[in-house]
Amino acid sequence: MVLDFVIPSPHGTTWGLGGTCVNVGCIPKKLMHQAALLGQALHDSRKFGWEYNQQVKHNWETMIEAIQNYIGSLNWGYRVSMRENAVAYINSYGEFVEHHKVKATNRKGQATYYTAAKFVIATGERPRYLGIQGDKEYCITSDDLFSLPYCPGKTLVVGASYVALECAGFLAGIGLDVSVMVRSILLRGFDQEMAEKVGSYMEEHGVKFLRKFVPVMIQQLESGSPGKLKVVAKSTDGPETIEGIYNTVLLAIGRDSCTRKIGLEKISVKINEKNGKIPVNDVEQTNVPYVYAIGDILEGKPELTPVAIQAGKLLARRLFGGRIEKCDYINVPTTIFTPLEYGCCGLSEEKAIDVYGKENLEVYHTLFWPLEWTVAERDNNTCYAKIICNRPDNDRVVGFHILGPNAGEVTQGFAAAMKCGLTKQLLDDTIGIHPTCGEIFTSLEITKSSGLAITQKGC
Amino acid sequence: MHQAALLGAQIQDAHHYGWEVTHPVQHDWKKMAEAVQNYIKSLNWGHRVQLQDRKVKYLNIKASFVNEHTVCGVTKADKKTLLSADHIVIATGGRPKYPMHVEGALEYGITSDDIFWMKESPGKTLVVGGSYVALECAGFLSGVGLDTTVMLRSIPLRGFDQQMSSLVTEHMASHGIQFLRGCTPSRVRRLPDGRLQVTWEDRASGNEDSGTFDTVLWAIGRVPETRSLNLEKAGVIISPDSQKILVDAWEATSVPHIYAIGDVAEGRPELTPTAIMAGKLLAQRLFGGSSALMEYDNVPTTVFTPLEYGCVGLSEEEAVARHGQECVEVYHAYYKPLEFTVAERDASQCYIKVVCLREPPQLLLGLHFLGPSAGEVTQGFALGIKCGASYKQLMRTVGIHPTCAEEVAKLHISKRSGLDPTVTGC
Repeated sequence: MVLDFVIPSPHGTTWGLGGTCVNVGCIPKKLMHQAALLGQALHDSRKFGWEYNQQVKHNWETMIEAIQNYIGSLNWGYRVSMRENAVAYINSYGEFVEHHKVKATNRKGQATYYTAAKFVIATGERPRYLGIQGDKEYCITSDDLFSLPYCPGKTLVVGASYVALECAGFLAGIGLDVSVMVRSILLRGFDQEMAEKVGSYMEEHGVKFLRKFVPVMIQQLESGSPGKLKVVAKSTDGPETIEGIYNTVLLAIGRDSCTRKIGLEKISVKINEKNGKIPVNDVEQTNVPYVYAIGDILEGKPELTPVAIQAGKLLARRLFGGRIEKCDYINVPTTIFTPLEYGCCGLSEEKAIDVYGKENLEVYHTLFWPLEWTVAERDNNTCYAKIICNRPDNDRVVGFHILGPNAGEVTQGFAAAMKCGLTKQLLDDTIGIHPTCGEIFTSLEITKSSGLAITQKGC
Repeated sequence: MHQAALLGAQIQDAHHYGWEVTHPVQHDWKKMAEAVQNYIKSLNWGHRVQLQDRKVKYLNIKASFVNEHTVCGVTKADKKTLLSADHIVIATGGRPKYPMHVEGALEYGITSDDIFWMKESPGKTLVVGGSYVALECAGFLSGVGLDTTVMLRSIPLRGFDQQMSSLVTEHMASHGIQFLRGCTPSRVRRLPDGRLQVTWEDRASGNEDSGTFDTVLWAIGRVPETRSLNLEKAGVIISPDSQKILVDAWEATSVPHIYAIGDVAEGRPELTPTAIMAGKLLAQRLFGGSSALMEYDNVPTTVFTPLEYGCVGLSEEEAVARHGQECVEVYHAYYKPLEFTVAERDASQCYIKVVCLREPPQLLLGLHFLGPSAGEVTQGFALGIKCGASYKQLMRTVGIHPTCAEEVAKLHISKRSGLDPTVTGC
């Protein structure tokens, strides 16, 4: 049995079966990113001989409808899948009332009670608000953006998470005036050299960055779809205050676990009081043996769809399939779908230095120019690749980073190779596929420590 | 040019994503050719500069052997020079083959040597051949809007996994490229209006047929550039079948100080990166005190057809031949790239399979990926295979979502099970 219920966002947005990824995460994000990439492709295509009317506009409503239709088909697919596997799907809000018993409340407020031998909590997270005047009434979040029935217009994105940068990226890519307000650093937790490069590329391509500011007040000047909002922000670095007028303010400052109002205290499931996350052991079990947890709510685990799916699958196999395999959380690859995509697996350079010590590491790096960008006259010496190797351990690759097109497609295979103990020697011994971006990793020669230039030459 | 074709398809996708592109959308061959040619020239220039920087003398002369240490070079102006050296490396590559038995083939047909340098559009084109060169050219010609036909004597992509090859051509056929299978050309004639009339024979029925084209592109294989080298004068032995130069694991020919690398060498994959690496390692062995030899197994490659095909390791046929059907397990999946959904593109041939040993931990023998960005997807997995990856390790790798590549790490339906390998869900 599945108890799935979406509490509407402050703006009233809700969605179907499938969780964050399908409805308000990875899927619509990537599709909107694709819309932005296609805008770029339209631009490039002229250099490759394609000719059509210069004026190309983007229609938000067309895009939203197409994306929502696709999401609808996924929701439907999951409903069918549940039925086919005899899983009861109850569209109700679940909370524990006592051991082994949950109360399920539907949209109309009617409550039903269920008991079970085992429980899995996979309630995920929801976007955080600023806690300032006007935030809930006038700001939207990723919960709302992907089904917004009108074009957001001139947008201020508040935050420096990958959610913030990805959204800012595709909004700019479809032609909107976009600003990003950042409190301190970009992409906290990610390799900072790569994060800065991601940001620089966005800035060079028209996204405005307001660094070291936090909003203190949001005021509505005009209502509408979209309306007009005035944002007042204070510097974190001094007394300066700035003001700006936007059609839309999108908050992307983090997500909070949905663990505080599901009755966990009634059955004594321990959570981290600070962040609401649930600590589990290596078989995803909470401190209460019959209660398991998977996904974004887990303490210390990557907040990624495939991780949640893998953990869930393996958990089911252990509980009912007689298997013993545990979820492997080591070297989980990920990709940020910003205008210039960033794929990575393993450690950031900072983390690697922490773990292994600078003297034990060798970092190989290079700039590269994708072949497709040459004729398109796009930036050379912008795409960047680096690997971090642990010298005492056979130059084992402990960190893999690529900034370039199709970063996800490139990174996936290297993640599999890292799972098999990839070393620098093995990279050097492998032939590259030509011409691709990925092949760059088979011919990395220049180390950071050498200080040599990494600008491009040759085919 | 493949990129130009891909961009054409993306223009079509764009309106599904909200871009209001006014039709008609045309392609200007001249503009594309000029841009491509300019880029190539910049690479030519770049190589000249690099050679200069490294104090390598570049002589634009046609060379042939006089004896095992001496080479005679002839310039364009017919001036002769003699050069001698301690070590000689032959990397003369190959050139496209013409079907000399076909009347008019040489006068009226062109090859890949010519297509990339044409200033005017080739127009309605007949591509003869089933090689990756044939299919890739037919692919981009069709992709930029030209009426394209492929004539195949027998199977496409000989030497490649045949199930994958079929899917490649199936995709091309369902996207407007005509295929004349089991046909061989017999004659090419120029018509009064300047167009070409090609006559061919259908091998199965014996019937003759003909068609009119603006361009005939021969892509029936390449011959190594060895005949004009006077190799016998140096004592360098070639294979009587392929005409390629016989080499050992050190890239040495039958004459110890004469080496051969790249497409001209027998038994080597005809790929740029292998030639480059072989050359680098050779230089390191000769002058850098290294003893590292080139490894030619598990070389990944990608065929850049409209739907790209990336592969590394053994084809299913090769794996079965080597290990026996009972000892081989194939996991496969038909998937749909997320970008195709909203674009309403046909994903029928988007397919992945891994060929492994059946015995645990199920060592990976080969990976085959048909879909967008196939080269990018395949490269990393080639590393995995180099690291001795097993299916078990592949399954422990978490996918990056949403990508096409993650479908490789999610493969779980075996051919043997007979279950439907279509991926469902997000």
